[in-house]
Amino acid sequence: MSDLAYAPAMTTLAGQRPAVVTFLVRLVREKPLGAVGGAVFLVFLLCGIFADFLAPYGVNETNMAHRLEAPSWDFPLGTDHLGRDVLSRILIGAQLSMIVAFLAAGFATVVSLAIGVVSGYFGGKTDMVVQRGVDAWMTFPDLVLLIVIISVVGPGVVQIVVVLGLLYGIAGSRIVRGAVISVKENMYTHAAQSIGARTWHILIRHIVPNVMPVVIVLFTTRIGAVILTEAGLSFLGLGVPPPAPTWGSMLSGTGRTYMYLGAWLALAPGLCLTIVVYAINVYGDALRDLLDPRMRGSQ
Amino acid sequence: MNDQAPLLSVTDLAVHFPVIRGVVFQREIGSVKAVDGVSFELKRGETFGLVGESGCGKSTTALAILRMLRATSGRIVFEGRDITDLGVGELRPLRRRMQMVYQDPFGSLNPRMRARDIIGEPLVVHGLADDRTAYRARVQELMDLVGLLPDMADRYPHEFSGGQRQRIGIARALALEPSLIICDEPVSALDVSIQAQVVNLLMDLQEELGLTYLFIAHDLAVVRHISDRIGVMYLGRLVEVAHRDELFENPRHPYTQALLAAVPIPDPVREAQRDHELIAGEVPSVQNPPPGCRFHTRCPQAMPQCRTDSPDLGPLGSSLVACHLYA
Repeated sequence: MSDLAYAPAMTTLAGQRPAVVTFLVRLVREKPLGAVGGAVFLVFLLCGIFADFLAPYGVNETNMAHRLEAPSWDFPLGTDHLGRDVLSRILIGAQLSMIVAFLAAGFATVVSLAIGVVSGYFGGKTDMVVQRGVDAWMTFPDLVLLIVIISVVGPGVVQIVVVLGLLYGIAGSRIVRGAVISVKENMYTHAAQSIGARTWHILIRHIVPNVMPVVIVLFTTRIGAVILTEAGLSFLGLGVPPPAPTWGSMLSGTGRTYMYLGAWLALAPGLCLTIVVYAINVYGDALRDLLDPRMRGSQ
Repeated sequence: MNDQAPLLSVTDLAVHFPVIRGVVFQREIGSVKAVDGVSFELKRGETFGLVGESGCGKSTTALAILRMLRATSGRIVFEGRDITDLGVGELRPLRRRMQMVYQDPFGSLNPRMRARDIIGEPLVVHGLADDRTAYRARVQELMDLVGLLPDMADRYPHEFSGGQRQRIGIARALALEPSLIICDEPVSALDVSIQAQVVNLLMDLQEELGLTYLFIAHDLAVVRHISDRIGVMYLGRLVEVAHRDELFENPRHPYTQALLAAVPIPDPVREAQRDHELIAGEVPSVQNPPPGCRFHTRCPQAMPQCRTDSPDLGPLGSSLVACHLYA
């Protein structure tokens, strides 16, 4: 009740606050779930950044006396078959997984946006040529392309980011292209053309902002996909090379092999993956709604 | 008036859209003749109304004049300059001189831009926004001109009513001080009471700024109220051009007569008693228009000649009519 009565005053105040504060207030008030998602994600991000200080043990510090031990006070998430502390590896793994996930999903989104906007906006012959290229690329199964490219350029964080970014970027360009074609048909695009706006102006001011909802969703879903694909690559020995831990390699490597002896080996990275992917998705949804001026003021 | 050169003159304008069949081996199997031989002139400061049924080519004519569509043939002379074949670079300065107000006040404003940015966009596009204070002042002045309050500048389009949005669209069209404004059914999406406000606003602005309007509509009452002269279109051709009172009191072309007769009288008793002569049949396909006079398939007064000869727009009194009845 008191909260409701307070609401109008809050809204009028919002005008004087810095934009970031206003945004955070709106996030918490209008999209509580999204706020939780954002917070959870932030915690993981901070854990990743400060992993070196937080990790109780060294990443590759083996302890043969404590192999495959269940979670305890000494080892909060248990130990693996080499006696390495799972918590420490999860924390360091967060660092690597986040870097790979963000860079690759970010790169993928940029690629999708670039291809989708060019193909969708210019249409006609350009669209025809670009889309047949995309078709050709998509006829190859993802994994086959990945294996071929990685075995040529060799495994490593940069290679993984570029290859995964291209792979998801080109596939995602279809979605952006569709959105661009629909936005392009709006009269405001026509109006901008008729006042003599240059193409780049129309793309930046009219097309891109109006396909952002699609792009944000694309980005957040890609993050989960990238983490999982990286796990698949690690399983094939083509991911970020061991012994550097990533959640994917922990899940599909030791986690799978020793699942029956120590369920925590699979549960810890599995749960972390699930939580982060879910958190990013709800946060992305909230972001999409909050950035839409039409949703402003609605609950 | 006569010694003054017209602001815009359109001669034998045609816009055809090819109909293509086949994916790899494309061949043209015909064309949609959206506009087929339209000629008219606009004097400075006047309002020329263009009326006709949906699909008769009103909007296509407007888009061709704006050079958003390429004319298949014909000449468009604007401010004494032939603009029919100007390239993209040469068109940019021209875009400052003619602007458009759109029908749909919802679709024509970018939902992610504030009113201030929408109104000021033409200034930004043409590099007139370098001085921020002058730019803001100009936007404020434009908002004032169209009757929007200063504190509305930071709102988004969805926070405005239909009439207010249309005012934003008008302010945007005025930003570059054009000489010609093409209004494509600017009030047909609005409530009747709001229509009057917007039409009056347009007329006030015309008086204040000396604008010339090409006003497209299908609502005859609105067109009569705002226009000086009116052109009636049917199937891509002008069938009659006349002063507004002349057109309404003494329609010459059978199509104009039928169009005016279709307007209901706001009195149910008289409306019921009225001797109605409605046009029969459907509008023929623009892809395959009838030979001769395009209206002969539905014309109550059609003669044998109408089936073979296409009548030209010729003077009749103060009007121009394209009909064999008066030849």
